[in-house]
Amino acid sequence: MGILDKEFSDSNIIITNFDNLMNWARLSSLWQLGFGLACCAIEMMATSASHYDFDRFGVIPRNTPRQADIIIISGTVTLKMALRIKRLYEQIADPKYIISMGSCSNCGGPYWEHGYHVLKGVDRVIPVDVYVPGCPPRPEALLEGLLKLQEKIRNESSVKKTA
Amino acid sequence: MSIKTEHMVLNMGPQHPSTHGVLRLELELNGELIVNVKPHIGYLHRCFEKHAEAMTYPQIIPYTDRIDYLASISNNFGYAVTVEKLMGIQVPERVEYIRVIFGELQRIASHLVAIGTYGLDIGAFTPFLYCFRDREKILSLFEMTCGARLLYNYIWVGGLSHDIHPEFVRLTREFLNYFRPQVEEVNQLLSYNKIFIERTANIGILPAETAINFGMTGPNLRGSGVKFDLRRNDPYSIYDRFDFDIPVGDGRMGTVGDCWDRYFVRVLEIEQSIRIIEQALDQIPEGDVSSAIPKRIKPPVGSVYGRVENPRGELGYFLISDGGLNPFRLKVRGPSFVSLSVMGELCKGHLIADVIAILGSIDIVLGEVDR
Amino acid sequence: MKSSKEIFEILKDEFGDKILELKEDIPVDPYIIVTPDSTEKIARFLHDSSDLQFDSLMVLSGVDDNNPVKTKNEDGTESLSGGTLSVYYHLYSIPLNHKIVIRAVTEKENPMVQSVESVWKTADWHEREAFDMVGIRFENHPDLTRILLPYDWDESSFPLRKDYKNPEFYQGMKIPY
Repeated sequence: MGILDKEFSDSNIIITNFDNLMNWARLSSLWQLGFGLACCAIEMMATSASHYDFDRFGVIPRNTPRQADIIIISGTVTLKMALRIKRLYEQIADPKYIISMGSCSNCGGPYWEHGYHVLKGVDRVIPVDVYVPGCPPRPEALLEGLLKLQEKIRNESSVKKTA
Repeated sequence: MSIKTEHMVLNMGPQHPSTHGVLRLELELNGELIVNVKPHIGYLHRCFEKHAEAMTYPQIIPYTDRIDYLASISNNFGYAVTVEKLMGIQVPERVEYIRVIFGELQRIASHLVAIGTYGLDIGAFTPFLYCFRDREKILSLFEMTCGARLLYNYIWVGGLSHDIHPEFVRLTREFLNYFRPQVEEVNQLLSYNKIFIERTANIGILPAETAINFGMTGPNLRGSGVKFDLRRNDPYSIYDRFDFDIPVGDGRMGTVGDCWDRYFVRVLEIEQSIRIIEQALDQIPEGDVSSAIPKRIKPPVGSVYGRVENPRGELGYFLISDGGLNPFRLKVRGPSFVSLSVMGELCKGHLIADVIAILGSIDIVLGEVDR
Repeated sequence: MKSSKEIFEILKDEFGDKILELKEDIPVDPYIIVTPDSTEKIARFLHDSSDLQFDSLMVLSGVDDNNPVKTKNEDGTESLSGGTLSVYYHLYSIPLNHKIVIRAVTEKENPMVQSVESVWKTADWHEREAFDMVGIRFENHPDLTRILLPYDWDESSFPLRKDYKNPEFYQGMKIPY
């Protein structure tokens, strides 16, 4: 864990490998696209607010896709919205990550059968890194999802393709 | 010399931090002034009415939670009241009291979100954190009773899913004692803040007549000075037993029916809700909460329109039954759906920045607009 | 405060054969059936008359009545055709505190009801929704377009009709689970 391999005694220079440094930088300041869809967005807001404090993991809502790193798909993705989400995803600069929050965006949730206007899973339009189950997931569950994502980023390699 | 000018069309949303969800507004601008606003909705259309036709009556309750996810209990309440009206079910006293307590706690929680996010829209971040801190305390009261934080599935047709926790009454009183002074804190932080008043007073004035013609209800209508509240004017459940005031907008900071009035009615309503909860806690009788739940819910052939006062206004369910196990048709009248249609009227002649202030003041939930 | 019976009498005196029937025998809310070609005039009267003062339209809902006529084809199969669609208007008077339900019935083949948008502005979006979901056309409506479904949704597909079939794809996205 950590990026530190070796530390010189005057503590001004550290030696690490490139991947570790990059991954550490990436996972410690995941700026989130400030974008709520449905019920889960309220829980996402609660996660960012005083009680759960998303900030301590470096997650700050950023309202433009061009400066964001992750999207939390927080709620039901409808057909009308799906193409907009795809466009938002395309506007984010690489590397970009997706957390699918809640049953609706995982697989359609309670709307899977009769939802004529509901996309049955956001992974039909954009690739998802972490799925958080629940309807809606508790803030703790979302935090766990974020930790999982950080773990994934920590093991990334700049030369090898991961997924 | 005349210069040829033309209006500019600006698109706002569906991804925008201040649209409270997925709403797209098409703004037609003359320079900085709004000529027209056209809301485009449906980005969260989850086919509730189609689901209702395919589900049995008890199965619909979780879906009603998800219509207005900031006020789930009120949605359950409205649905239960409607079906009970059609079936002629009389629910036990204890159930009525618990329903009222939860409905009012939910109103406080919902108004806290409305107030907090309204501050956020205008540029005040701190009230949001304060409001969410107190909202979490209400959510833990709910969680203690039915296990869920946001979508409860608590009020059933004819009763409740669980009785309240033995500690609930004591903890609720404790919460109310803690919370009453916090309302004043919100006032100091936001309501009487000079910048906030400058941004909201005299903005988006909605005259009473227009408000009624557009079908506005709830705090939006009362902000325009109309003393109309379903809890008083068309009482359902046991609201006729409680003593509470109906706050209306009085144009204290500007004109009657402006954004500040609509906002401040919500703050005052929180205080009234506290009063109702206190009275209900004093009077709550002992008893069984599930004795009136029918084994099989099969209403007679007929139609009924039931309505309750949701935190956002009149939430109505129009239910047609063909005597079967699922409704023939269940139409929801969402207060936000109706409130949003007045946007174009309210924004005319204001500046772009005021669109945010106006939209925040009518307090919409997109889940209910699109259903 | 007036009962449905009294309101029905008042309307009958004013509009005669445009007012068809008062349905009281089924629970809970009685309703008055009117012809779809005169709803605007009736609405205007209900709104303006000093005895009635229906100043608020609570909800306007489009309903598929699901009563198609069965016809036998030559080869022995049955086919369904016809039937009706209804529009329900739930009205409330804030000053007089009374309610009434009006129902306008129209043919499913060419559903056409007069718009009441000029009387109650709130009807604008409700009528668009009824058009979007059930496919009822409203005469004289200023902007009768889809409201909840995308603008490019299949023109003849109305989800809340009882014979609705879900399409397989929308813009390349698979709809069924």
